[in-house]
Amino acid sequence: MKVKELEEHPTFAAVLPPATSEEYDTTGWRAFKPVVDKEKCTGCLICWVYCPEPAIIRTPDRKIEFDYKHCKGCGICEVECPVKAIKMVKEV
Amino acid sequence: MSYKPIRTLFELPTEENLAPGHRMCSGCGVTVGVRQILLAAPKDVIVVTATGCLEVSTVAYPYTAWRCPWVHVAFENAAAVASGIEAALKALERKGYGKRHPVIAFGGDGGTYDIGIQALSGALERGHRFLYVCYDNEAYMNTGIQRSGGTPYGTWTTTTPFGKVRPGKTEVKKNLMGIVVAHGIPYAATASISHWKDLMNKVRKALSCDGPSFIHLLTPCNRGWRFDPAQTIRIAKLAVETRYFPLYEVENGVYRITVPVPRPKPIEEFIKAQGRLRHLLRPEYADALATFKKQVEDYYSYVEMMTKATSSK
Ligand SMILES: Cc1ncc(C[n+]2csc(CCOP(=O)(O)OP(=O)(O)O)c2C)c(N)n1
Ligand code: SF4
Ligand code: SF4
Repeated sequence: MKVKELEEHPTFAAVLPPATSEEYDTTGWRAFKPVVDKEKCTGCLICWVYCPEPAIIRTPDRKIEFDYKHCKGCGICEVECPVKAIKMVKEV
Repeated sequence: MSYKPIRTLFELPTEENLAPGHRMCSGCGVTVGVRQILLAAPKDVIVVTATGCLEVSTVAYPYTAWRCPWVHVAFENAAAVASGIEAALKALERKGYGKRHPVIAFGGDGGTYDIGIQALSGALERGHRFLYVCYDNEAYMNTGIQRSGGTPYGTWTTTTPFGKVRPGKTEVKKNLMGIVVAHGIPYAATASISHWKDLMNKVRKALSCDGPSFIHLLTPCNRGWRFDPAQTIRIAKLAVETRYFPLYEVENGVYRITVPVPRPKPIEEFIKAQGRLRHLLRPEYADALATFKKQVEDYYSYVEMMTKATSSK
């Protein structure tokens, strides 16, 4: 390889701006989406600490909301919610 | 060890060092664990990752899911890379360029039990101030479920099928904690993603050490263990409740069980929840089931024995 080519194709990859994966949409990964019943939700944050993405947002009213651009529909939050405030519903 | 314990979820930060949009599988236990660890760690942490799911799937070029400085070099050398970073930061600190950043290295079970063990041993022996986390999904998952030194006995993987001759893997799950503790480091602990408070306080404790620390974290993988992704946390919890995965810490050589399990659930509950182990419940694998059970009981007794033996230290 000529030196110029090496300069164009460095032997390492670097990404300087942080957290750029947020631009990436994983909506199409899911068949079911979580829906929260805000009346039932106690704001305990158990779902939030167990979400693998994270795709659960803590809201100022001390409850939660889903980030549907990044939720993959795994259903962990539905299973872990202690008061059953989350239901997985089929995507249409 | 002085550290600020975590008591509630409300005191945790809202901005995280792992961003969504990564390509880890839906319901993956690894990112649940990494999130919990980074929520407990200071914001100015530097992360090193060995090759494996966490590395491959958080940095699909040109994207990165990391908000903190992050580096990957190879499969076998996460602990060596972390050592170099720590040594450089230490030199800078000595020359008056501010405080040292905390350094955390993540490696899978393949990257820790097998391929990275010499780099890990060297780093622990040299005494670098860093935390090494082995996220244990009990096989080489990123390349399609091959057995590792961390895969338990009797487990189905693509390289340890069960059939007439074998019941799945025929070797024991290596005692990784024993190997790590033998280096005489200040702090080592096991943890499960189901017990977030236990894990987070172990992270705080580990990072308060002036020397190497180690966390062995159980991270169920729905692809490799064959279960419904929604059950990830349930399975991690069952691992603790059946005594399959004892939660303990070793602080300056003194063992302590942090989540005692006085009345364990039957191990069958853990086994039947996963396709990789379920065959052990068939009559033709009765001997293998007995061996599996004995290994689980022996390991728990060993931890209890070490706790008793070091309690007066
Ligand atoms: C030296 C070397 N050997 C093999 C590979 C191929 N490889 C990439 S990821 C991986 C599996 C990693 O397994 P583990 O450390 O258990 O992490 P997991 O994928 O389960 O998260 C393998 C074998 C590699 N990248 N480098
Ligand atoms: S379904 Fe899974 S990915 Fe979506 S918000 Fe719930 S836990 Fe997170
Ligand atoms: S293969 Fe397993 S460990 Fe890897 S990203 Fe998928 S669920 Fe997670």
